[in-house]
Amino acid sequence: MSTEAHQAPPPSADELRQRVRDLLATHDPATTERVEFLRARFDAGLAWVHFPVGLGGLGLPRVSQEVVDAELAAAGAPDNNPRRIGIGLGMAAPTILRYGTSEQQARFLRPLWTGEEVWCQLFSEPGAGSDLAALGTRAVRDGDDWVVTGQKVWTSMAHEARWAILVARTDPDVPKHQGITYFVLDMTAPGVQVRPLRQLTGEAEFNEVFLDGVRVPDSQRLGAVGEGWRVAQTTLMNERVSIGGMAEPREAGIIGLAARTWREHPELRTPGLHERLLRLWVDAEAARLTKEWLRQRLAAGQPGPEGSAAKFAFARLNQQISGFELDLLGEQALRYPDWTMRRPTQVDMLGGSPGFRYLRAKGNSIEGGTSEILRNIIAERVLGLPTEPRIDKDVPWKDLPK
Amino acid sequence: MSTAPSTAHDHTHTAGPDLLYSEVEDELRASVRALLADHCAWPTVLARVETDEPYDVGLWRRLAAEVGVAGLAVPEAEGGAGASWREVAVVAEELGRAVAPVPFLGSAVLSTVALLAVGDSALVGDLASGTRTAALAVPLSTAPDAAFPGGVRVEPGEVLTGAVTSVADVLPADVLLVPALGEAGPALYAVDRAAEGVTLTGVSSLDLTRRLADVTLRAAPGRLLASGTAARDALRGALHTGAALLASEQLGLAEQALATTVDYLRTRHQFGRPVGSFQALKHRLADLWVGITQARAVARYAVGTVADGDPDAGVAVAVAQSFVSELAVLATEEMVQLHGGVGFTWEHPAHLYLKRAKADAIALGSADHHRASLAGLIDLPGVPAVR
Repeated sequence: MSTEAHQAPPPSADELRQRVRDLLATHDPATTERVEFLRARFDAGLAWVHFPVGLGGLGLPRVSQEVVDAELAAAGAPDNNPRRIGIGLGMAAPTILRYGTSEQQARFLRPLWTGEEVWCQLFSEPGAGSDLAALGTRAVRDGDDWVVTGQKVWTSMAHEARWAILVARTDPDVPKHQGITYFVLDMTAPGVQVRPLRQLTGEAEFNEVFLDGVRVPDSQRLGAVGEGWRVAQTTLMNERVSIGGMAEPREAGIIGLAARTWREHPELRTPGLHERLLRLWVDAEAARLTKEWLRQRLAAGQPGPEGSAAKFAFARLNQQISGFELDLLGEQALRYPDWTMRRPTQVDMLGGSPGFRYLRAKGNSIEGGTSEILRNIIAERVLGLPTEPRIDKDVPWKDLPK
Repeated sequence: MSTAPSTAHDHTHTAGPDLLYSEVEDELRASVRALLADHCAWPTVLARVETDEPYDVGLWRRLAAEVGVAGLAVPEAEGGAGASWREVAVVAEELGRAVAPVPFLGSAVLSTVALLAVGDSALVGDLASGTRTAALAVPLSTAPDAAFPGGVRVEPGEVLTGAVTSVADVLPADVLLVPALGEAGPALYAVDRAAEGVTLTGVSSLDLTRRLADVTLRAAPGRLLASGTAARDALRGALHTGAALLASEQLGLAEQALATTVDYLRTRHQFGRPVGSFQALKHRLADLWVGITQARAVARYAVGTVADGDPDAGVAVAVAQSFVSELAVLATEEMVQLHGGVGFTWEHPAHLYLKRAKADAIALGSADHHRASLAGLIDLPGVPAVR
C-alpha cells in the first residue's frame, strides 16, 4: 500500500467544519459547475476523509465523514450521486487503495469519486456463480499486454461504465484459487461487447459482457500475478460492509410503504394481514436497530461480522414485505405497469410499483452472494463450524469437471 | 461504579441510546460469569430442581454481596450502586445464560422498580444489599398494560384478603408487594411473608429454575405503600421495566443455547464427519446467529430507552418482547433438536433452557400481546369489529 505519510495531528470536528467552509468559500455551489465542485471537494480531502491525504481524504476515521456530509448538505452542495457509482465507490476504490500502485491510485480514484468515470465489475460467469473461483475467462500474456477472452454476466452499469474490475484465469495448470489475476479493464477497448440481460422484472438492469481478445496493459494489473483471489476478497468484503454513516430512521425502508398503504386503506385490512404486518414491522425494526448497532461498532472502531447478517436479513425482509404489499393491495396487485424492456441507470429498490418491488426483491437473496453462501460464511467463519468436504481444492483448474 | 451511563463511545451523531457494551459493563459481566461458573454450573442447577429448595438463596446473597448485582440501579443514597438498568441488563443476560435459580427478576427488578417508585428507601436498601428479597404478587404472565388486578381486597383494619396465582420468586421472599383493591381504588401493600394469614403453595412449574407459587391471604396485615394513581403507576412501571430486562435474560438464554449447540456439532461425528459440517445443520445455526445478532440490538435498545427515560421506551419494550421471546424459544428448541437423542434426556441441560425460554415467552405479556399493544403505539390499527 502506498499512502502519503500523515504526521500532523488529526483535525478536530471544528477544524473539519472550517475546511468545509473554506471549500464553500472558494467554490460556491450555487455558481460552480457540479463536476468542478466535486473535483475541488476531492482535492480538499473531503471526498472520503478515511482515505489518505492526496487521494481525496485526510486519513481520518470513517465516522468523521458525517461532519463533512452534514455541513455540505446544509450548504446545498451537490453530491456525487452515489447510487449511480456504487460499484466504483464500494468495490473498486477500496481495492485500488489496498492493492493499486501510486500511479494507478492517482489515475483512477479522482474521476471514480466524482462520477466522471463509472465502474462495473466483471466477476461472475455463466459457469462460475457462487463458485466464483472456478471462473474460466482467460488472460494470456503477450508482451506488455494481457489478452483477455471470455464471458462475464450480471454486470450492472456495464453499458455506462468506462472501467471494469476484472478477475481472469492466468494459469489453468494450478488449483482454481491460485491461477487467478486481478485487472482493471477499459470498457471502451476493442473486443468488449455489452449486451443487456433482461430480468424477470422486464428491465435490463444487468448485462452480459463478451470479451474477445481484449488487450489489457500489464500496468493495469492490481496485485501480483496469481494473487487475484486474495485481491478479490477485499472487493467482496467491501461489498457486504457498505453500511451508511447516518442512523436510519424508523420505517425508512419498504416497511414504510406497506405501513402507509395500511393506514390509508382501511377497506383492505383483514385480521390475518394485520398479524403479518405487525410481525414484519417488528422484524424491520429489529433489522434497523441491528444496522444501528453495527454503525455504532464501526464508529467505535470495532467492525464485526454482523455486516453479513445485515445483508442476509435485508434480503429476507424485503421479499416478505414486498409480498405482503401485493396481498394487501388485492385486485390492484393483479396489474403490472409496464413490461417494456428498459435499461435503468441506477438501482432503486423503493421506487417503481409494488409489483416491481416484489419481483426485484427476488434478486436480493442472490446478488452479492446468495443467502445460502452467506449462511455458509457465517457458519464457518463466525461460528467456526467445519467446512464441507471439498473435492476441488487441490485439483488443477483444467482438470475440474465443467 | 459511576452514576452516569458509562460509555467510551462518542455518540453525538447517534439518534437514540448507545447500544454497545461499555468497558464497565464488560467487567461486570466477567465478574458475574466467573461467580456463576464456580457456583452455578448446570449440573448444580439440575440437581436442585427436584429438591425442597428450588431457589439458591445462598448464591443470590453471594451475588449481591460480592458483585452487588441486587442494587445496581438503586441510587447510592438508598444503598445501591447508582448505575442504571443498562448494567442490570448485563446481569440479566448472564443469569439467563446460566439459568440461575435466583430471585433476580422478582426482587432486584420488579420489586425494586415498584419500591423506588413509591419511595420506600428502607426496603429498597435491604433488597439492594441482598439481605432480604421481595416478590411482586402478580401472576408472572401479567403484561405491563394489563388492568389493575382485583384478586386481593383491602378490608377494614388494613388487612388483605384474596388470592394470587403463579407468582414468581415468592418462595424465597421475605416480603410480598401486593396490589389490592380498597374502597378508594387501587393500592399497593407490603406484606411480611411470615405474617399471620399468609400462605404460599408451591406450584409444579413448567420452568424448573424459576418456581412459581400461589399466594393466599386471609386478613393478612399489610403496610400501605401507595394508593390510587401512584399504586397503578408503580405496578405498571415495574412490569414495563421488567419486560425490558426480561428480553436481556432471553438473549442470554439464546446465546447459551447457540454456543452449546455449536460446540456439540463441532465434536459429534456421524457418517465419518463432524455433523456440524453438514450444510443442512450449518444453515440453521447461521439463521439462529443472525436472529441473535438482531435480538441483541433490540434488547439493548429496549433497556437503553428505559434507562434514559426515552419516550420511545413503550415501542422499544413491545418490540423487544415480541422479537426476543420468539427468538429465545426457537434457539432452545433448536438446541434440543440438534443435540439429537441426548438433547431429549433429563440429564442434559437443554430442557432447563427450553422450559425457561418458553415460560419467559409467556411472562410479562406474550409476544402476541405485545404486538397487539404495539399496533396502537405505532398507528397500525386492526380491523374494525364490525365489517
